[in-house]
Amino acid sequence: MLDYITSYLNSDTTPGSAGNMFWAFVYIILIFLGLSVAVIAMNWLERKILAHMQVRLGPMRVGPHGLLQPIADALKLLIKEDIMPSQADPLVFWVAPLMVVITSFTVFIVVPFGPTHAVTDMNIGVLFMLGVSSLSVLGVVMAGWASNSHYPLMGALRSSAQMVSYEIAMGLAVVSAVLMTSLNKDGTGTLSMIGIVQAQQSQQVWFIFKFFPLGLIAFFIFAVAMVAETNRAPFDLPEAESELTAGFHTEYSGFRWSLFFLAEYSAMIAVSSIAVTLWLGGWMRPFPNALSGETWDLVFSLVPGLTFLFLAAMTFYSTARMPKHPYFKVQTIGLGGFGAVLALIGVALFVPPVRDRIQDIFWFSAKVALSMYMYIWYRGTFPRYRFDQLMKVGWKVLLPLGIGVLVLTAIAGILF
Amino acid sequence: MTDRTTIDRTSHLELEHHEKTFLDSNELIINMGPQHPATHGVLRVILKLDGEKVLGTECVIGYLHRGVEKIAEHRTYTMFNPYVDRMDYVAAVSNGLGYCEAVEKLLNVEAPRRAQYIRVVLTELNRLASHMLWLGTHALDIGAITPLFYTFRDREEILKIFEKYCGARLTTHAFRIGGCSYETYDGFEREVKKFLDFVTPKIDEYEELLTTNRIWVERTKDVGKISAKECIALGVTGPVLRASGVKWDLRKAQPYAAYPDFDFEIPVGQNGDTYDRYIVRMQEMRQSLRIIDQAIGKIPDGPIMAKIPKVMKPPVGEIYHSIEAPKGELGYFIVSDGSTQPYRVRVRPPSFVNLQALDMMVRGALVADVIAVIGTLDIVLGEVDR
Repeated sequence: MLDYITSYLNSDTTPGSAGNMFWAFVYIILIFLGLSVAVIAMNWLERKILAHMQVRLGPMRVGPHGLLQPIADALKLLIKEDIMPSQADPLVFWVAPLMVVITSFTVFIVVPFGPTHAVTDMNIGVLFMLGVSSLSVLGVVMAGWASNSHYPLMGALRSSAQMVSYEIAMGLAVVSAVLMTSLNKDGTGTLSMIGIVQAQQSQQVWFIFKFFPLGLIAFFIFAVAMVAETNRAPFDLPEAESELTAGFHTEYSGFRWSLFFLAEYSAMIAVSSIAVTLWLGGWMRPFPNALSGETWDLVFSLVPGLTFLFLAAMTFYSTARMPKHPYFKVQTIGLGGFGAVLALIGVALFVPPVRDRIQDIFWFSAKVALSMYMYIWYRGTFPRYRFDQLMKVGWKVLLPLGIGVLVLTAIAGILF
Repeated sequence: MTDRTTIDRTSHLELEHHEKTFLDSNELIINMGPQHPATHGVLRVILKLDGEKVLGTECVIGYLHRGVEKIAEHRTYTMFNPYVDRMDYVAAVSNGLGYCEAVEKLLNVEAPRRAQYIRVVLTELNRLASHMLWLGTHALDIGAITPLFYTFRDREEILKIFEKYCGARLTTHAFRIGGCSYETYDGFEREVKKFLDFVTPKIDEYEELLTTNRIWVERTKDVGKISAKECIALGVTGPVLRASGVKWDLRKAQPYAAYPDFDFEIPVGQNGDTYDRYIVRMQEMRQSLRIIDQAIGKIPDGPIMAKIPKVMKPPVGEIYHSIEAPKGELGYFIVSDGSTQPYRVRVRPPSFVNLQALDMMVRGALVADVIAVIGTLDIVLGEVDR
């Protein structure tokens, strides 16, 4: 048994590919935990960032700077009464949130946080991700239908139409990126998520900059389609608050509702991961070709630790600025403790063995975080599209653009 | 589904085959409101839909009915004054101005110049506040959540001036029949001037977020179109009428208070769509700033109250007086029987009349347009229901 566990440590593939179920399970647990923490952090960050864009403070009461707000919300949702409308279809109503959550978590099996940091490396990785994540629309439709109510039904219908039409544009953009992976001596392309990043590594360029501006346009198409796919502003029609109150999950409350919430955020992270893997060089650090060599490697390997130290410094600064009134004593200590934890993590990231192992994950997460920030930024800036306009953008703009980019990429691939 | 959903047949928009459930039918009847995030209070709109397309609407009002007009018959003229603030509560000062001027006309007195200037300044500030609230909520309905907070931040400054002037922020009761209740506070002029300097760049800021925003333009252009002829036929007034190209503003057409003294323009649109109404209101905000700027510099000295009897007994007769409220023509029809209490007070609220246009404007449009049109009509349910 112990041999079975330790045998993997020397391997240079993912646990799934090495056939080691123990480590695969460990990775799944780690990803699940990491994702849950990310969703919680995202919840707090979205509220804070949006609040600061809108000249307000955001959550400030629960914990210092509202840091404990997501936890308080989660607790509230857990102990809330779970209501099921009497006219609802109980089984479908029950299955729908599970469907959405399971699909949005399952896709993370193939997300490569590093060359070996994925549960498994499927040779159809991209296809798997797109396929599974588009299953979540089924859950949405089920939720809308089972609620047996007008608003959820309309939300579900909008959602299915939207997801279906944007998936095509998304697929075309993905295909053009996959096409780029075949531009090597053997002419062998790959659909494996790890393979795609390695192709970028061997071609010495992130695909977003490849065949400029073709890669950029493909990325742009994907970036628009992924916002529509995850039903976020400005494409948040299925849950358009001012029109359909809450769209497909109007009738859901308590824990079931929180499952939809969880699924929405993890789906956002999932599609961002695809974008990062396909166009932004996955786990690669910035400029691995131009700024190569021992010194630059060292400099970039210090960035994760420094980032955490910077966050810690910010936290300490806020701690020093907390009101001195005794009422805030616990909060001040808590914020200081939080800063200390961040600083500890930062210091730990400087230790060479940790430093080398954590780098890939750090750069991957940093790129995903950037994409998440864009999501929040869109939400703060744009009004909502109308349904017919949304369809127009999908079918009349993104789809022809996607086909054009695909064809041009193929031609460019032959010519250059 | 074994149970058949029976449809509450309270509307003329009945389903063709009402024995069917809503899932079987092509047509869908949806209740929007009275509790809905985008109906601005307690408006209930019954929508008849074919998918996303609107086949017809019916407004159900009265959820906020407080019988304001009936109350007037049991109050003296002075006692009724605070009640009018509760109708259009986001533009309470305009309501007060309309009522006070109507009763003054009935009494045949005129407010002193100083009072009239103060009235103009406060009314225009209130127009600004009302338009800011409209802009924020209208943008929120269309999905842009950020302008709301900007407009509320700036509206706060106006409310602060009101609070300093009369002690109330929303239901101000700023004016009295015959003039103003209060003398301006020390530094009133300075603060209003400071506010003008503060708010001018802010209006540019809102426009920057929306005016050229592609999504905003797409969402508002050619949405809820209404022609000048239809506007006049329905009695629609205010920015909605002006956006359709009719240059009709009571401040110019039937000048009241001190408005003839000021130089300002009436912004008009051409297409009568939601975008034009947006532009007209934005320009109106700038014109309001212009009026305030002119008025605040030359508030004349003198008394703020005309000589009016302690016990008001207007001569027997009736009067109709209307002013240009932020939302349109706000008229008061008062019948006096010579006693201390009005025999009848009838209010012509702009929101109520403008709301009539909703059905015409959204027929054939999409659900999302209904929201945009409700927002652009700028209704306040307190005024619709009274």
